[in-house]
Amino acid sequence: MGVGSFFTSKLDEAIGWARKYSIFQYPFVTACCGMEYMATACSHYDVDRFGAGLPRFSPRQADVLFVVGTISHKMAPVLKRIYDQMTEPKWVVAFGVCTCTGGFYDNYATVQGIDTIIPVDVYIPGCPPRPESVLDGLMKLQDKIAAQTQRF
Amino acid sequence: MSGAEILQCLRDRFGPALLETHQDRGDTTAVVERRELLDVLRFCRDEPTLGFDMLMDLTAADYLKYPGREDGPRFEVVYLLYSLPHNHRVRLKTRVDEDDAVVASAVELWPIANWLEREVWDMFGVRFAGHPDLRRLLMYEEFVGHPLRKDYPIDRRQPLIGPPA
Repeated sequence: MGVGSFFTSKLDEAIGWARKYSIFQYPFVTACCGMEYMATACSHYDVDRFGAGLPRFSPRQADVLFVVGTISHKMAPVLKRIYDQMTEPKWVVAFGVCTCTGGFYDNYATVQGIDTIIPVDVYIPGCPPRPESVLDGLMKLQDKIAAQTQRF
Repeated sequence: MSGAEILQCLRDRFGPALLETHQDRGDTTAVVERRELLDVLRFCRDEPTLGFDMLMDLTAADYLKYPGREDGPRFEVVYLLYSLPHNHRVRLKTRVDEDDAVVASAVELWPIANWLEREVWDMFGVRFAGHPDLRRLLMYEEFVGHPLRKDYPIDRRQPLIGPPA
């Protein structure tokens, strides 16, 4: 390992460490999963322990898009636009089975998984997922953020 | 006015245009000839003893595979009327076939019919003659078909729509 690669790999780690503990989420809440999202955010489960305690309600200030709840075909263009408005680096979490696969809404109105519209980094299944699963998904996302090659 | 009196009042005025009437547990229903529908609705609204000043709901039903109704007219368009001054209700229905699924629009009588008729058009594909703006209400323009029809495949996938450029 040369000096240069040592330097960049350590820099990657440092930035990854910083990024994984400063997640600014954009909660795209459309349905009942939102209650579980709120439970995760409140003091009992306290998502702030993971550095993800400050939701930004503008996609331009956020770097993790939490898609929480059923996405209908009519909502799909809105979600895509929100995603496009977020600045790099950005990640997407599919929260609940509806966002993962459409869930039991196998019908004319529902998008069968948001990964048909935008790329997804972490899937949290459940109807709705318990806060423990949400935190587990969040930690998986943190691992992914820390491990990836950082672009800046 | 009781349900029987409402039906009698309609029968006196329209006679054979009332194809069928029934009452069940306080629900009063009359099936009306399609040609006379608008006249019946207007009479219901304007006749002081009836005074149906509110269109509570306007919807439809698809009887495609309904036992006993397989070869009858496919759709029923349903009008639920309520009278604020008299506190009574009536349900009016009219039957239409699939290849001639057109009903006169009630927008001139109750403005709320505008969106309700758009919803029926969107979900069942029943058109309303004289409607000022008969576009889909719930689904998007690219949507193909009418999802609440009984022969709409439950797992049909529609094209995804992107954000406007």
